[in-house]
Formats: sequence, C-alpha cells, structure tokens
Amino acid sequence: MKMLKGLLFITISVFFLVACSSSNTSETDGTSSAPGNDATEATEALAQEDKIIRIAMSTEVDNLDPYISEAADTESMMDNVFDGLLDTDETGKLIPAIADSFEVSDDGLTYTFQLKEGVLFHDGSELTAEDVIYSYEKLSGLNGGEPLASLFAGIEKIEAPSDYEIVITLSERNSAFLAANIRPILPVGYEEQSTKPIGAGPFKFQEYEVGQQLTLVKNKDYYNEEKVPQIDEVRFIVMPDSEAAILAMQAGEIDIIPGVSAQGLLQLGDTVNTVSGPQNMVQLMALNNEVKPLDDVRVRQAINLAVDKDMIIETVADGMGTKLGSNFSPAMDFYYEPGLEDYYAPNIEEAQALLAEAGYADGFSLELTVPSDYQFHVDTAQVIVEQLSQIGIDVEIKLIEFSTWLETVYQDEQYESTIIAFTGEIDPYEVLVRYVSDYRSNFVNYNNPDYDELIEKAVASTDEEEMAELYKEAQRLLTEEAASVYIMDPDRTIAMRSDLEGLNMYPIQKFNLEDLKIKE
Amino acid sequence: MRKTKSIPFHIGVGLVGALVVMMLISIFYTPHVPQAMDSANRLAPPSLDHPFGTDNFGRDILSRVMEGSQTAFIIGISSVVIGLVFGFILGACAGYFGGWLDEIISRLMDAMFAFPGILLAIMLIAVFSTGMTNTIIALGIMSIPAFARITRSSFIQYKEYDFVKASIAKGAGSFRIIFHHILPNAISPILVAAALSFSGAILSESGLSYLGLGVQPPEPSWGRMLKEAQPYIDSAPWYVVITGMAITLLVLGFNLLADGLRDKQDKKV
Amino acid sequence: MRYILYKLSSFFFTIVMVSVIIFFVFQLLPGNPAQIILGMDAEPAQVAQLEKQLGLDRSAVERYLDWVAGLFQGDLGESLRYQLPVRDILMDRIPITASLAILSLILTVCMGLPLGILIARFDGKWVSVMLNIVTQLGISIPSFWFGFILILVFGVILQLFPTYGYVPWSENFIGALQSFFLPSLAIAIGNIAIVIRYLRNTILDQAKMDYVRTARVKGLKERTILYGHILRNSLIPVLTIMGLIVADTLGGSIIIENVFSLPGLGNLLIQSITSRDFPLVQSMVLYIAVLVLLINFIVDILYKIVDPRIRQKG
Repeated sequence: MKMLKGLLFITISVFFLVACSSSNTSETDGTSSAPGNDATEATEALAQEDKIIRIAMSTEVDNLDPYISEAADTESMMDNVFDGLLDTDETGKLIPAIADSFEVSDDGLTYTFQLKEGVLFHDGSELTAEDVIYSYEKLSGLNGGEPLASLFAGIEKIEAPSDYEIVITLSERNSAFLAANIRPILPVGYEEQSTKPIGAGPFKFQEYEVGQQLTLVKNKDYYNEEKVPQIDEVRFIVMPDSEAAILAMQAGEIDIIPGVSAQGLLQLGDTVNTVSGPQNMVQLMALNNEVKPLDDVRVRQAINLAVDKDMIIETVADGMGTKLGSNFSPAMDFYYEPGLEDYYAPNIEEAQALLAEAGYADGFSLELTVPSDYQFHVDTAQVIVEQLSQIGIDVEIKLIEFSTWLETVYQDEQYESTIIAFTGEIDPYEVLVRYVSDYRSNFVNYNNPDYDELIEKAVASTDEEEMAELYKEAQRLLTEEAASVYIMDPDRTIAMRSDLEGLNMYPIQKFNLEDLKIKE
Repeated sequence: MRKTKSIPFHIGVGLVGALVVMMLISIFYTPHVPQAMDSANRLAPPSLDHPFGTDNFGRDILSRVMEGSQTAFIIGISSVVIGLVFGFILGACAGYFGGWLDEIISRLMDAMFAFPGILLAIMLIAVFSTGMTNTIIALGIMSIPAFARITRSSFIQYKEYDFVKASIAKGAGSFRIIFHHILPNAISPILVAAALSFSGAILSESGLSYLGLGVQPPEPSWGRMLKEAQPYIDSAPWYVVITGMAITLLVLGFNLLADGLRDKQDKKV
Repeated sequence: MRYILYKLSSFFFTIVMVSVIIFFVFQLLPGNPAQIILGMDAEPAQVAQLEKQLGLDRSAVERYLDWVAGLFQGDLGESLRYQLPVRDILMDRIPITASLAILSLILTVCMGLPLGILIARFDGKWVSVMLNIVTQLGISIPSFWFGFILILVFGVILQLFPTYGYVPWSENFIGALQSFFLPSLAIAIGNIAIVIRYLRNTILDQAKMDYVRTARVKGLKERTILYGHILRNSLIPVLTIMGLIVADTLGGSIIIENVFSLPGLGNLLIQSITSRDFPLVQSMVLYIAVLVLLINFIVDILYKIVDPRIRQKG
C-alpha cells in the first residue's frame, strides 16, 4: 500500500515540480524565454553576442537545390543563400546583383551582362562567366538535358567574351526573359546542391534537419559590402501550425513569423513590429469556361455580380486583403490596371436578370472543387456557397487534397469551378500567360484570340510603356469577359520582435534578411 | 441497491434521449439558419440572441451544434449498421463453421486490429477521399472486427449448448439453427457492442474531421467545427469549449448506455 | 510450447496480411508525387526528370517487390519527398513519438493503478456511481479536444507549460519533460480511466472469491490479503488490456502530435499521405502495425506464463 501511495504521490509531485520549475524560471527571467528551458535561455544569452534570429516557417523545405525546388516558402528561405545576375526591389523593378550592368540589343535578341569582379561563392571560389554559362546551360537544356525553365528554353547560345562578360542570344524576342535572370548562379560542376547547397548570397547554408530546422550563417565575404548581414545566424524552424507559432512568439521562442493572420496579430498585440502589404498573389474562384453553363459569359458575369468580395475579405481574411478585379495584383504597380475591382459591384437583381437571360432563371447546381489543405480557400468557398445561393445557384463544395487537385483540376481539367491562389511572379507575362488559349496550364480554358494577340504583342515589345499598356488591356479583357471570379490578394504580414526592423515586402515571396537590423 | 446502481444507465439514457430530441427538433427548427453568415457579428460571445455565441463567419453556434447532431447520428448509425452487418456475417461464418475459414477470418480481423483505430481510418480515407459517405464507409469498416469477434465468440459459446446440439442432431438446417437458437441469445452482447461502436465512430469522426479528413463543409460536423474553432481558442474560447462538450456528452451518453446494458445482461447470466 | 508456436505462426501470418493490406491500400491512392513536390508551376520536363530520378517510371509491382526485398535487408527505401533514406528519417522521428507514448504509458500506470486500488477500498454505492460516471467521462472526451483545453488552461492562462514543439532529452531533461507532459496527459486520460475501472472491478470480483474468505478465516491481515493475493490475481487481467492501451496510445499520438506541433511519426504520417510519399508512408504504417502486433503477442505470452490455468488448457 505504501508503495502504491508513494507512486501516486511521486506522480503528482512530479507534475507540480515540473509545473512550478517553469513558473519559477519565467518569473526570474522577466523577459521570458521558453518556460523553464535552460537551453533556450542559453541561446538567448548567446543571441546577445551572436545575433541569432529564429523564424517560424509553415512548410518544410521541398528541395535545397534551387533548380529543383518549386515551393515558394523554400525559395524565400534559400533566396538568402543564392544570388542571380539581377535582383528585384520592393516595387518589382529589376536591379543589378552579380551583374554590374546589362544591355539589351535593339532587336531584343541579345543580352549582354557585365559581371562584378571579386564575387565569391561560399566555398571560396570566385564567380566568373564560366559559372554563369554552367548554370544557364543547365536551366536552358543546352547541356543536353531537358530545359528546367521554359523562359530559358528560348536561349540560342551563351558566350563569354571574357571572364566577366556574358552574351546571351535568344532565338526569338521575349521581353519576359530579363526577369528570368534573377535565377541563382551556381558554381560550375558542383552537384551536391540538394544536400549542401552553395551559392554567392549574403548567407551560407549551414545545416538542414529534415522537417525541423534550416540554419543559415552570415557570409562575411558577401560581395555587396553595404549589405553584409548584421545577423550572424538565422534558424528557420518548421512549424506547420500557425497557432503554435504565435504562442511560441509570445513565449519568446520565435523572433519572426513571415505570415501572420489577423487573428494572430490580435493575439500578439503591440509587442511586435509588423510590416504588411499585398503579396502579389491572386486568389480566384476559377470557372471552367468549357463546361455548361459556365461557357456562357452571362452566367459568369452573374456569378461575379453575386459574389461580394468585401465580405469574403472581411470574414475570411479578417479584413486584411486587397480586392481584385482581374488576374493581377496592385503589388506590381507599373503593370496594374486600376479600377477593375469594382467592375462587378454586388448586385443580386442584375445577376438574376443575366441568369434569366441566359436561360437559367431557376439557377443551376455547380460543383466547387477546393483543395482541403488550405483552410483559407475552404473558408472562402463557404462564403461563396452562401452568396451564390441568393441567385439560385446551388453550389456543392467538393474538397480534395491538393495533391489530387494538381492532377484532376490543374492537369486534367476535370472540374466545374475551383478556388486557388496563384503566387507572385516577377514578370507580368508569367502572370497573364495562364489565359493564353494554347498555354499548357490554361486550366480555366479561357479562349479568346484577341487576348492571345495582346499577350503575344506584349512579350515581343521592347518599349516598357507600350508593354504595360498591352498588359493592362489584357487584364481588362479578363474582367469584362468574366473569365473567372478574381477575389483578393491576401495581405502578408510579417511579425517580428519589437527590436527588429528593416525587412521589406517584395512582389515575390522573399525576405532579404541582409536588410534586417536590430535596434539598439 | 438496484436503483442507485442504475443511475449511470439512466443518465446515459437521459443524455442520448436529450440529444435525440435536439436532433429531431433541429430538422424542423433552429433558432437561426445554421448557414447564415453575418460578417458584422463575428465571434460574438454568448448572448440572448446567440446563447452559444457566433463563429468566425458570424454563424449562430447553437444552430450549428443542433444541425451537427444530425450528422453525428447519421454517421454513428450508418457506420454501426455497416460494421454490424459485415461483422456479423464474418463472425457468424467463423464461429459456426470453424476450421480454416475461422482461421482466415480471425487473422484478417487481427490484421485490422493491428492498426490503431484512427490510423486505419486515415488510410481508408486517403483511398476513398474525404466526405460524409466515405467517412461512414471508413468508420464502418473500422468497426467490423469488433462485431466479428463478439459474434464469433457468441456462436462458439452457444454452439456447445445442449439445445443447439439437439437441434443439430434433429437435422435442422444451419439457417434455422442460427436464426432460431443462436441469434436470440447473441443479441444482447451485440447490442452492447453497437452502443460502444457508435460512440467510437463519433470520436473517430471528430478526430478525422479535426485532421481535415472527415466530413467536409458546408455539411455541419462537430469535429469540423472544432478544427475551425481551434485558431480562436484564445479570443473565442466558448466556441472550442461548447463544440467539444457536445461531442463528449453524446459519446458519454452512449458509453453509459452500453455499460448499463452490459450490467443488466451480466445479471441475467 | 505448442501454444507459443501457434501464436508465433499466427503472428507472422497476420504481419503478412498487414503488409498486403498496406500494399493494396496505397496503390489505390491518386496523385503524382513528383508533381506534388514541384508544385503547380513546375515545367513538365522538371516533373519528368524528377520522376525518373525517383524511380517512379517503373511499374507498381516492381516497386513493391523492391520494397519487400529491401525490408528483409533492413533497407526501407528512400523517401520521395526528402530524398533521404526512410530509415534516417524515421530515426529522427521515432524518439519523439516513443517519448510521447512511453511517458503516456507511465502516466497511465502511475495514475491508473494506485487510483484503481485506492478507490476499490471504498465499495459504497454512491462511490461506485460517481466513479462510474467520472471514468466514463474520461473515456468519452476526445483526446485532441482535451489537448486544446490543456493548452488553454496550462499554456495560455496559467503559462506553466510550453504549448508547442519539443526540447530533446539530451539538451535539457526538465525542458523535455515539460514539453512532453501535456500531450502525454491528453493521450493518457482515457487510458487512465480505463485502467481505474478495470482494476477496481477485478479487485472487487476477486474480493468475493472463496480464497479470500478462507484467508480471512485464517486470520491474515487485510493488507496481506489485498497485496499478497487479491492484487496479484487482479493485475493479470489488467495485463490483457495493456495491448489495447498501447495501440490506443500510438493512435492517439497521431492526432495529438498535430495539436502540439510535435515533429513525431504522427505528424510525419499525415504530411506524407498528403504528399504521396509512398515509401515513407508504407514503412511508417508497417512499423506501427508490427509494433502493435508484437506487443499483443508479448502480452499473450506473458499472460500465458503468469496465468497457469491457460497454460494447462492450451
């Protein structure tokens, strides 16, 4: 009996011991690190000397090799390890990086890049024209393999007149090619990018613990001396649960969360610094233009009139989103056609009239396929079901895993309507080419020769103003023809420890951690 | 003595009865339209108009809990029926005929038991894909082994009884023996198993729906509601607490019911 | 001996059945892993290259036979998503799930046994009724919801425990214990209730047995009767439910790891199913199923050893 009572007593006292030990430490340690976690306290202390920043990431690294990786999150982390010939600023404008300057010939076929001298890879070797040729041959398939990126497939030849000069000749004009030059330059002949990546960026790869943590350290020898990072070490910690990340930040175990929901912000209060803005993403309810009755433009317009985007932004994104009217985000200001977002102001009567005109006065039933992995889209779908029921459209939500979505919806186009978001691309062509009739991923099945012509003209143009006009006209066409329902660009909010500053928002998902500063 | 002892059973009957009544009412009446959204009134705390508050879309939680009870009962009953029918057939064959058939069926049931409940359900859902019907099928398949085992042991037990032996000797057919002699005696342990697998199905459904693999919106489901409530645990704790309580009470009701039934049956034996 | 041989053969037969079930189930899954790894904007050429690199261009049967052949050599294959040996990945994850399961079992035993025995001493009607309801409540609570409540109370309101992630044991023992405590408790709660109910019932049943009356007549002390006789005989039936409890603990950890963001097997399993990482999923499911079977097998044998009646019957 004594033994058993003892057992119970021990269990219960361990409970209190464990609980109390934590409350003690968090009392003594007013700034609050992990409750009762000596190790974290130690790193905290270390952080004073060695500036370590811990960033919560919601997804794992898909592949460390930048030419294989496609996940936006992975790119945003590894972007700190790699640099390309060019880079982009906050407005989406291209600026030189490894390249010192560049020139495009009048016929738009020849691109000449002058490289900076003294750029070092993380293994100490110097980056020269040879590395650029190796990287671009890999991307373009000139090395005998399949081209890894379609924009590079148009390269006819690459030459290096000197160690610091690259001349690229395209087989045909393509204004979109310039933006493709932000792709990383990799050291010639190095084949272990998947396990131990080497680039020339401001941070060096240190370690990746699968599914848990990616560690980068400062590159002291970064070629752009003004941009040598202030932070010594960056740890990207995989935390798929956003709630967990918020709690961890409150406990001081995380310094930066790159994507915080409005709900999360409320919870964090004013203990953190935030930067937020549109992320150049397009969330849309894609309508398959080839299935009945969505092949009728009046039906698509009626759907557009019935969907109240403001309400979706209010309820699903807690008000943190930018309303869209076409497949283009204002994040890329130069090419953005303003005013389209209110083209279809919610109007139930008009919607019903259009439906009646199209012969569907009693409505119809519509299947809405939604990738179940994205609660954001699932929530949006629930609001749309409610809104479309007002004009007699009986929407049935069909949730499938994103993996199945990719196959049945995106590739095989076996769907009526779906909700998805297109992530940011730095070139407008990449964004708008999705609706060109013979484009392989035109899963909306939009088919308009006028549109095709606009895009074709734009991509062949060498005049930026003219190009922008053409792209704007294309956006207007998508809206007028109600190719789909364009909902919003959800704001991205970066939350960071209150003594951190300097991070900027970019039209592509990346954080330039070299900009991050710790306030004194 | 007897009265006090059967209190839990009565509580079980009361809980299940109350929830059945709530379910029946919800077919004809809910205080608000369960799907109606009100963006101006999101995550409102409990009030007279919304006794359980509102969710992140401004929908009335009470109405959704009420409507969710329909889903819970449909899933519970249908999956029990599937499990019962197939489990009974398999168990009866194994128990009655014995031999190699028994061996194969028993090993198959062992193999299914080797997957912790939720794991088997996750595997089945991965194949069938999500949704109400598929959830029911997965949960039904999950409960087959339990019914099969109980039926099998009842059959083995009663087959040895004299009155059964006597009718076999008289040359009665297998069907007659099964339905006239063995079945009436096996019914009460099967009833207990049915109540238990009902509550098991509700628990598994809520787990699956929490992982996003079970019932899908806009079909109201308590498990799904919990998943949607989780991000608001801090700002709207009532949402999490009330939804979880609905699940707990229904499961508790059926567990107490099963326990009481077992007690009565033990007494009879 | 014949009994053990019989059990052993049916153990292996069941494992074969399990691997067949796993094979058939996962071959039916739709979705192309290479496409999933690369995302929606991948070029077809990239997908084709990755498919080749991953060996996905071979037939399903070929891949399956490779997998089984590999199993016999202790080689579990390579994960499609991580492109690392499955074995290495599992080795990273198993300690977390194992810690969770073991701590949860310890909690179950350390709280369930003493409480069961303690409460068995009060055989009053009302005690029985209350106990019945309370333990049934413990069994009825969805473990992940209980996890939420624990997070809400101990993590958010009282801030006594960390609410996510984990600290490795080697780094900080107390920290690790803290990070595993709430999730283990969430898993254990139902099992604690089961053990209490079961143990109390068997003790009360045993107490009515003839040998107890005889012992009393002989004038043995109550304590000696309880610990020397009743308890020994009561613990044997409890052993039989341990198999069920272990399976339940492993199943519970799948969900709880997702609630507490612990990077264990359960967490990995859900992600690998989503990403169609067949080698990883197959190995994990097989691992869990074999573990459960093995424990049940051991329980069977142990039961046989401690309970002579079955030994004779067998």
